[in-house]
Parts: sequence; C-alpha cells; structure tokens
Amino acid sequence: MVNQERRLLPGAGSVMKHRDARRLSLILLFMPLALWIVLLILLPHIGMGILSLREKIGPRQYEFGLANYIAFFQEPIYWHIMARTAVISLLVTVLALIVGFPVSYYIAKIAGPRTRGAMFMFCLIPLWVSDLIRAFGWILLLRETGVISGILQWTGLASAPVELLYNDAAVVVGLVYTVMLFMIVPLTSTLDGMDDAMIEAGYNLGGNGLTVLRRIIIPYAMPGIVSGSIIVFMLTAGSYLTPVLLGGKYSSWFTQTIYDQFITRYNWESGAAFGFLLLFFTSFVVWIGLKLSGQSLSSTVARS
Amino acid sequence: MTTPTAPDLKCSGVCKNFGPVQAVADISFEIPSGTFFSILGPSGCGKTTLMRMIAGFEEPSAGDIFIKGRSVLNVPPNRRNVKMVFQHLALFPMMNVFENIAYGLRCIGTDRDEIARKVQDVLNRVALPDVGEREIHQLSGGQKQRIAIARCMVLDPDVLLLDEPLGALDLKLREAMKIELKLLQNQFDTTFVYITHDQSEALVMSDRVAVMNDGRFEQIGTPQELYHRPQTAFVAGFVGDSNRWSGKVTGTRGAEVTLETEGGTVVRSRPGDGTKVATGDAVELFVRPEFIELVHRTPRQKRTGLSGKVDNLLFNGANSRALVRLATGDLVEVDVTLTGGTDDVKPGEEVSLSWSTKNAVCFPARAAS
Amino acid sequence: MARRSGNQAFLLGYRLYMAAFFIFLVAPLIAAGIFAFNDSVFPSLPWKGFTLDWFFGTSEPKLGMFHDRRLLQGLYYSFVIALSVSALSVFVGTCNAFLFVRSNLPAKNFFYIIMVLPLVIPGVILGISILVFASTIANTLDDSYGIDLDFLRPGIVLVVLGQFSFVATITSLVITARLRKFDETMEEAAYNLGASRARVLRSITLPYLRPAMIAAGIVAFLVSFENFNTTLFLVGSESPLTITMFDRMAKGGSTPVLNAVSFFLMMGSGVLAIISILVQRDRTAR
Repeated sequence: MVNQERRLLPGAGSVMKHRDARRLSLILLFMPLALWIVLLILLPHIGMGILSLREKIGPRQYEFGLANYIAFFQEPIYWHIMARTAVISLLVTVLALIVGFPVSYYIAKIAGPRTRGAMFMFCLIPLWVSDLIRAFGWILLLRETGVISGILQWTGLASAPVELLYNDAAVVVGLVYTVMLFMIVPLTSTLDGMDDAMIEAGYNLGGNGLTVLRRIIIPYAMPGIVSGSIIVFMLTAGSYLTPVLLGGKYSSWFTQTIYDQFITRYNWESGAAFGFLLLFFTSFVVWIGLKLSGQSLSSTVARS
Repeated sequence: MTTPTAPDLKCSGVCKNFGPVQAVADISFEIPSGTFFSILGPSGCGKTTLMRMIAGFEEPSAGDIFIKGRSVLNVPPNRRNVKMVFQHLALFPMMNVFENIAYGLRCIGTDRDEIARKVQDVLNRVALPDVGEREIHQLSGGQKQRIAIARCMVLDPDVLLLDEPLGALDLKLREAMKIELKLLQNQFDTTFVYITHDQSEALVMSDRVAVMNDGRFEQIGTPQELYHRPQTAFVAGFVGDSNRWSGKVTGTRGAEVTLETEGGTVVRSRPGDGTKVATGDAVELFVRPEFIELVHRTPRQKRTGLSGKVDNLLFNGANSRALVRLATGDLVEVDVTLTGGTDDVKPGEEVSLSWSTKNAVCFPARAAS
Repeated sequence: MARRSGNQAFLLGYRLYMAAFFIFLVAPLIAAGIFAFNDSVFPSLPWKGFTLDWFFGTSEPKLGMFHDRRLLQGLYYSFVIALSVSALSVFVGTCNAFLFVRSNLPAKNFFYIIMVLPLVIPGVILGISILVFASTIANTLDDSYGIDLDFLRPGIVLVVLGQFSFVATITSLVITARLRKFDETMEEAAYNLGASRARVLRSITLPYLRPAMIAAGIVAFLVSFENFNTTLFLVGSESPLTITMFDRMAKGGSTPVLNAVSFFLMMGSGVLAIISILVQRDRTAR
C-alpha cells in the first residue's frame, strides 16, 4: 500500500505540470482569435451601433436617440432603395440558381470523369479574377461602343449603336455573373455526393424526367441549394462595384447610399445606422433561409 | 536496480480509469527477454489502453511499469526505449523510406554516416535493401509493414509494441505476414508485445499469450495451454471454436461432472482447471468441434453417445463442418472430413456423436462467479 | 426508338446550353484582356491592329502600364497589403486550426460560429465599422492626451486590418479542414521514435499542413488584392490598385491601359492558381 502511494505521487506531479502546459498553450492559441474577433469585429460593431444612435441636434452637439433610424423610414427614398436592393438581390439569387443548377448537374452527373474536373476548374476561373475586372469586361461588352453593340450593327440587327449599359438588366446580368460560382460550387459538391442509383431507381419505379427531378434530385440537392442561395444573396446585397459600374451613378443600390452618407455627406451617424439596417436585413433573410431549410450557419458556410 | 535477469517488461498492479470507467483493472505480468508475447482480447477490452500506458501515451491511475527492471512512470514517451508499430502504421507520408527510418536516429543526434549505415543495415534485415529512396505510397501493404517495423528496430528498442498492425491488410497478405512477423522477431531477438483481437494471429505467432477481457487478464499461457487447458469460460469460448451450452450440474463423481443442458441433453464433462462445481450449479459447457466423433447410425447398431440428425453441411475443404440437431433440440457443430466419397455424411442422415470426457470442459456460469 | 432520339435531342440541347454558359463565363474576361493589345486609344471595336504599347508605351496618349506612375504605385501598395494580409491570416488561421481541432477549448462550437461570422458580414459594413472604431479611438486619444496615432487614420494599416478581419476566416476554414484530416497517430509515432514536442510540430505536423497553408496564403493574397468593398472605406492617400482602377473606370473615358492591367492581373492570378493547385496535389494528399 505504502509502496503504491510512493509511486503515485510523482506521476500526479507530472500530470499537474502537463495540465499547466496545456492551459498555457490553450491561452496562447486562443489569443489571436480573441484579439481578432474583439478588436476587429465585436468592438467596431458596438462602436458603430453607438454611433448610429447619436442624433445630431446642432454643430458638435449630440444626444442619444433613434433619429437616424426614424429618418430612414420617413424618407421614402431610402427604404425604396433598400426594397429595390432586396428585390434585385432575390431576383439575382433565383436567376443564379436557375442558370447554375443545370450546369452543376451536368458537371456532377453527366460529364465524363475527365471533363468533369476540367469543367469544374473552368467554372472557378472567374473566382481568380477580381470583381473589378469582371465588371470592366461587362462594360466593354455592353456599352454603346461595346462589342455586343458592334456585333448587332455588323449583323444588321441594329442600325445604330445600342446602349446596353446603365440599366437594371445590365446590373442583374453583371451580378448573376459575379456570384454564379458561389452557387455552382456548393451545388456541384452536393450533387456529386448523390448516388446515381437513386436517379435510376426513380426512373425504374416509373417516374418521368420531371417527377424524378422534383421528387428525388431537388430534395437531395436542397442543402446545396440553400447554402448557395444564402451566400449568393448576401454577396449580392452587400455588393458595391457591380451595381455602381454597370448601373451608373443612379443605380440606387443600398451600399451606395451608405457610401454617400459616409464619404460624400460625411454624415457618419446616419451612415452607421444604414449599415446596421443592411446588416439586420441580410442577417434576417439568411436566418429565415436557414430556418425554412433547417440548416446551420457553420455547415452552410463551410460547404462553400 | 538493473539485474541481468530483469524481465524486459513488467507491469505490477496497473490500473487505468477514465472517469468512472475502469479500462484496465489491476494487471500484473512479466515478459522475459526475447519473447513474442500477445495480448488477445475483444475490442474494447482495454488492451489498447494497456499498450498506450506501456508506450507512455497514457499514465496509469495506479501501479507501475518496469522496462528492463527500471520504472518508467515518469519517463515521457520520447525517452522510453519502447517503440511502437501503430495500427495504421503511421508512416510519415512527407518523407521517403530512408527518412522515415532515419527519423528516430536523427532525433537522438546520430551522425550522418552512422545513420546511413544503420538504415541500410535494418533495410537488409527486413529484406528490402533497395527501397530507401522510394516514397511511402509506392510501397505495397506488406512492404509498409516491414518498413514500420524497421523504423522502430533501427533504434534497438528493449520492447517493440505492435497494435494490430495486420488489421488493415487483406486476408492472403495477413496470412503471409503472420509467418514473416514471427521470423522477424526471431531474427531481431527482441521482445515483441503484440495486440490483437484475432485469436489465430495470437496462437500462430506467440510464445505466450495473455487473454484479456473487461480490463483484466483472464489467463496467461502458451497457445497450447490456452487452447487445451482454458481456465475460464471466457478463454474457452474466445480461443478457438467451441460448442457452448448452458446447463445445470446433476451429479459429480470424482473429477467427472454430469450435467444437463437447457435443451435436456445429458453430458459428462470435467470442470475447468482450478474451478469447482457442485450439484445444482449453473454451468457453461464447452466442446470443440474437432474433438467430437461422428458415426453413421444404423438401426441395428447399439446406441452409444448422443443421437441426432445432420441438419446442414458447411463445406470448406479440410475445415468442413456438420451441423447436427440432437434429439433434444440442441445444435452441435462437428468437424467432418468430406472426401467426396460415398462415406461422407449427408444432410438428413441419422448420426451419433461422442467425445471423451476430458475434452468437454465446464465452468461455473458467469452470473455465479 | 422515339424516346432514344428524344434523349439525343435533349442531350444535344443540354450540351449547347453548357457551351453557351461557358461563353458567358469567359466573354467579359476576354473582352477585358484582349483590348490591351488593340492599337487604339479606346478599348472598343474596331480592331486597329496589334500593339504592346499599353504595356510598354512611354509617352501620352499611349502611356503603358509599366510607365504609369500611379498604376505602378497602386500595384506596389496592393502587393504590400496583400502580403501582410496573407501572412497575418495564415498565422491566425493556423492558430485557429490547432485551437479548434486539438485544444479542449470550452464552448468550441460557439467560438467556431463566431469565427465563421465575419465571412457573412457584408464587406462594406466591416469597412465602415472598423473606420468608425479606429477614428473614435484616434480622436479620443488626440483630444484627451494629444497623442496622434497615425495608423488609426485611413491608410495602409487600416486596409490591412479591414481585409484581415474576414480573410482570416477563409484561411482558418482551409487550414482547419486540413488539420482535421491529420492522423494524430503520426505525431504519436514521431514522439514514440524519440522526437521532442517541438520537433514533432516542426518535422511532422507543420509539413503536413504546409500545402493547406500555402493554398490558404494564395487565396488570402488574391482576395486581398482584389478586395474593393472593405478597402473603399479604409483607404487613405496610398490607393491600392483596385481603387486606382475604379477611379479611372468610374470617370469613364478609360484607355486600354486598364485592359493591360487587367490582362496582367489575370495572368498573375492564373499563375497563382496553378501554383496552389500544384501544391495541393502533393504526395501527402493521398
């Protein structure tokens, strides 16, 4: 008994040392995350929240209140822009899904193994090119002196230069283009995991193309559809470059309003309030999307 | 402390608790130098935990571990001269074969020429002299196995631990590797401690086997001892194939026990070594299929042994089995030789079974012990 | 038979759709790139012949990108910013990987969600919140103590911090995913063979993570290089390339020098993309 006790003690000592070392390394590992989140995410958002609640009642005179938010709802132009941003973002999301789904399905299920990889890589090309260059490319294609206008004149479909830029359609096309790959990647990876036998079984049990699509493929791809749609919606609603460059000065995108408040009018209080409204709004839509589909945020983001 | 006769590995009263669960309960044993020692047990019996304690990855909750007579309780794993071959080998994929084997030597600061010499030497000994520059993924399963052993042996360990290293191989290769491992152990003349749940691996390779169950050693002995003289019901059931029935003792006469199975068959048997049973005790009876003699029954023949009817034949060459349904309803597995001649038993045939009393072992049923 | 030919027609249509989709994908990129070689002062049709002036031209009106001081400066700033952001994010991402895979951090799932969060906050908002926060601190220090901390004013440091605030999520996700696949017995094996803890980390774990760290670093570099939304609010007098280009584009009347820059950047990204594919397809990936 005595013997055993003697042996236990040094062991216990090293366990303690071991535990201290573990705790120290845990703290050290945790520091970067803590600093990053607290200093760059948490405190700035709190600061912005406080700022957005400051009412300007005179030069260098402020008091707390909701005036900046009230202004948003009283000024129809602001919430019109917000509503417009939301509607176009939803439209872009739906279009991206409609255009992207067949592409993903082809890559995941129809293409041969060798073309599959190549096609997937091909879809990723725009990812490696900046937003700015993509938008610039569209400008060169769509503007009055642009390529498409030129082709239309050359083929005789148009008699004079056609301006395709600076309208909502151009903005939608540009946005769909920009976010497309964030739809295709999660969709393809979800469809890729689907067993071909499930589709064959669907046909085998007497379904036709449409019912197989509706009853088997789409339900299976739902997680991919949800993650793709959420990412696409957030990116679209928060985008700035594409609407401004393709829609022109008066494209009325909500981020542009925020920019105006901050940089042009130097009204930071109201800009901060607008920023929060955008954040609330996108989070709300994402939350609804997650609730409706029963998915979690981390799985959704990790998928993309 | 170190005496010339000190065993390579000795555990005394080793326990390991994970919270309220006792994974290893008071295990003591000694392994003399140069032994191939296996620890055999079903998954979850605590054998991996025991091995990890020997290697130093876990600390025992109580008890002590000695290597070459020296306690290693406070020696971290990288200072213990116990090397380990992992279940999935854990060869380093970012290094080639040479670098894998040289890794341990570099850690102890061996100089370059010495490393090159030692690595080549160990490669020769595992009969793979030319693979030094290969990448790990270019090796076959069996070659990987040998490299994993070479990586440990180059450090000249006191004890080599092997954690089910054959588990990932396919059947054919596994059979070949069993023999090879045994030969390697002979060649290196190092103590091997081999962990497995596969009784045939343990029986084929080992000098001594410990059967482990529920955190305890049930029995330690040579493979023959375990097979022919099991000391507990668990060993009798786990090592080799056995027919197993539950029953009740109806009478004892000297070393002979008469018992009646739940199905109603009356059998004579002997109690297992070191166990005692009395009339009325619940017991478990074990009879190995190869000890049962099966004879065709003809109506004129005088009845000896138990009569039954062949339910099914499981043909597997030399290892064929007959499933015989006794009159009482109990099912018995019997090894039979099927030569393809007219003498073979056929399904539906009436047969009679008999065995020698010494080959029918009974143990007190688990609940009673 | 009818069904078969129906299928054939369907498949043909499907293939055409795919072809059209890929044309849709590359058309703007080709348009952005090809006019860099057009010997005209406008980036538009008609084609007036091949030239490299938009890269190497030394005088107006055909001042090439390699002689355009402001563009070169933008390129330089972008490069410095992107390098800093990727170094910082890879470091923090690696720490986070160990934190989430190896440590016994309490409330791990909660912190994991927190870590993912910056990626779903619109970039514009990250930009303005950091701008507001940094300016508030700078103003307070200035007013109360007369200390003027220049790096808290819009400029390169704020741009780096702003981009880092969400790029770190990307690198953390990539490196964490790789570390999760790591077979921990490999570390035990090295330890068992006599290596010290530090040596195990240096010779086994980090080499295993290296491909993911390089790939994450490249992605971070590109995301930073291309970032616009967050940068827009934090930029000071040292404009990175995207901002410089945007200013010229928004003003209109751009010359093909912008196409030359676009072409240059696309080639650069292409090279980086190939590198990152090559590192990830290494022998340890098997």
